[in-house]
Amino acid sequence: MNITEYFNLLFTDYTLQTITLGTAVLGALCGMLGSFAVLRKQSLLGDAISHAALPGIALAFLITGAKDSNTLLLGALVSGLVGTFWIRGIVKKTHLKTDTALGLILSLFFGFGMLLLTFIQKMPNANQAGLDKYLFGQAATLVASDVWTMCIIAGLSLLILLVFWKEFKLLLFDADYTKSLGFNVKFLDVLITFFIVISIVVGLQTVGVVLMSAMLLAPAAAARQWTNSLSVMVVLAAIFGAFSGVFGTAISASSNNLSTGPVIVLIAAVFVLFSFVFSPKRGLLFREIRYRNNRKDLELNKTLAFMYQIVESHDNIDHPHAIKILNNFHGFTRKSLQKLEDRELITVTKTMWSLTEKGFTTAANLYNQLEENE
Amino acid sequence: MSSAQLEIQLIACLVAIACAIPGTFLVLRKMAMISDAISHSILPGLVIGFFLTEDLNSPWLILLAAVTGVITVVLVEYIQKTGLVKEDTAIGLVFPALFSIGVILIAKNANDVHLDVDAVLLGELAFAPFDRLIVNGVDIGAKSLWVIGSIVVVTLILLFTFFKELKVSTFDKQLAATLGFSPLVIHYGLMSVASVTTVGAFDAVGAILVVALMIAPAAMAYLLTNDLKKMLIIAVVSGVVSALIGYWVAHYLDASIAGSMTTVLGVLFLLVYLFAPSKGLISVVFRQKRQQVEVYLLTFMLHLQNHTEESERHINHLGEHINWGKMQSKTVLDLALKNNMIVIDDNIISLTEKGQGFTNKAIDYITTNSTVAIEEMKEDFFLFRG
Repeated sequence: MNITEYFNLLFTDYTLQTITLGTAVLGALCGMLGSFAVLRKQSLLGDAISHAALPGIALAFLITGAKDSNTLLLGALVSGLVGTFWIRGIVKKTHLKTDTALGLILSLFFGFGMLLLTFIQKMPNANQAGLDKYLFGQAATLVASDVWTMCIIAGLSLLILLVFWKEFKLLLFDADYTKSLGFNVKFLDVLITFFIVISIVVGLQTVGVVLMSAMLLAPAAAARQWTNSLSVMVVLAAIFGAFSGVFGTAISASSNNLSTGPVIVLIAAVFVLFSFVFSPKRGLLFREIRYRNNRKDLELNKTLAFMYQIVESHDNIDHPHAIKILNNFHGFTRKSLQKLEDRELITVTKTMWSLTEKGFTTAANLYNQLEENE
Repeated sequence: MSSAQLEIQLIACLVAIACAIPGTFLVLRKMAMISDAISHSILPGLVIGFFLTEDLNSPWLILLAAVTGVITVVLVEYIQKTGLVKEDTAIGLVFPALFSIGVILIAKNANDVHLDVDAVLLGELAFAPFDRLIVNGVDIGAKSLWVIGSIVVVTLILLFTFFKELKVSTFDKQLAATLGFSPLVIHYGLMSVASVTTVGAFDAVGAILVVALMIAPAAMAYLLTNDLKKMLIIAVVSGVVSALIGYWVAHYLDASIAGSMTTVLGVLFLLVYLFAPSKGLISVVFRQKRQQVEVYLLTFMLHLQNHTEESERHINHLGEHINWGKMQSKTVLDLALKNNMIVIDDNIISLTEKGQGFTNKAIDYITTNSTVAIEEMKEDFFLFRG
């Protein structure tokens, strides 16, 4: 099946529709909330929480004995939240730094989860098969009810974001100010963290533990490069996320042996790479071009300043000088002289150059600035 | 105890030692999450190494994987240097992308070999003794034992040789640079050791346990001491202890060794987190409470000194005047009475001479901010605590 066939099938095949819709909604949800995680410098929280959710899934299964995905997600949510608040506790009350706390909770919870999983594998109940899909994620196992859950959660978080938009925005950029205005910072903080944890938990089933953090970060990091406005960033991140979901599903469905999670993550990574290079204001390409132009301008100015020194000793500004006398100074080429002429700063006639009126004033100002700086 | 059991425990202990040493420096350098990133992103290196050599046990695999680990660090630093995103975002972008490449490579090409993601991520220590190293037809022990053993030896040699350099560059980069050690060389040296350790260890114990063994013992040690040498020793010892206990727990529960070792580490960390003498949660909370009471006491006495009129100093009015709950004012009153700072005469509180002197000193300190005053104050405060 190639990509076109996939898109043709998309209109008829119910399973494909479900999966595509699921990954799209998940991508949008992660992009939206991921923007907050990235701006709050909580990028790796996603990684820690997705690992910390594992023992919850295992415990929920051990307690209920059922593989109902909502029950398991509830378990994941609880242990994810416990992990999150323990991380906060460690950072606030001890000397350990955030990264240590994240790494600790991530590995310790996950290890405990593994212990529980090996325990479950030995149980006579044959129902446990498929629990490991949470480790690596299997978009193919998405069913309509899962997609409904995702849609409801996406709708809820959108609602919360809209209701508390101003507060969240303020909290992101100046937490102390928000506090002094009398907002309940703790409540806002817990609210946004709670929704980030939920979005991670619903994504586990689709892309798995390891790749969940990228789902949260990549669309947001890409969106950040295109705008300085929070609202635009959130919308863009949601779009990038949804597109990664759809394209990732399409590519993995149209080829054998391609798991959906990694493909989605790689598509998101391509978005990031593209944004890093080509975004007009922050991108590396345009930044490099700007640097080069600045450097060239500097060279031109150097030549101009040197010419000014020569011309200064003459009464007549447009008195011609031989290009040869510039030779002891290496800051010029035929091209740079041409450029100066294009800007009407000098005139070149055969082997002679002379400053124009405009060139003289420009150079004089340049020179003054130089002196002032000294 | 069979020889296989002995070998497993020995491997577990060596892994714990090999991880604890670089882990300590990672925790001190605030780079703990790099170990998580490395442990995932070496996957493509392993896979490519496997395609090239067609041999799961080739040393090239370890080398290539370690190189991938260092590439991860370089990439993270490059992205961070562009200033487009923060360091943690850079880490979070790089390792899932590399891991995804690894997963896709395996899925596309390695269907028929037993290189699967589960084994790489989770590892199984119980199988380690089955993979023997045979030299000239003589069985000289499990292969993992030799791999981990040599990593431990190299790590220890590097640690003893460059201890001073590591110490200085960890705590004061500028000083290290001035003294002429290149922090960059130390940094990449450390990263290479962490990479090689991760690769060498995760074959036996899995990626996640490597992270746990690197961070948890170091974090515990950090809560127990301020001395680098002691921290290293405590980290190594607690790593080894949890490895041994973890093995026996797994033995009795018949569960994953890596999982139970991590769980033991978790329990140990929880204990240290709660009960560590000066940095543990309980002592921190206790200290904060005590400091709070001390500040309340000071405010209370300043209030007394500011008001000569008796109505302001009536015991029933104080709560209202300084806005304290009943419990709080009682604690503070008791403390002040016990230290002979105040006298209560017919429900009117007044400062004693000692209290007066103390308050004057406090005002002196607050207004002039001179350090002499605070040195003396400190001693006085210790009196309260008695």
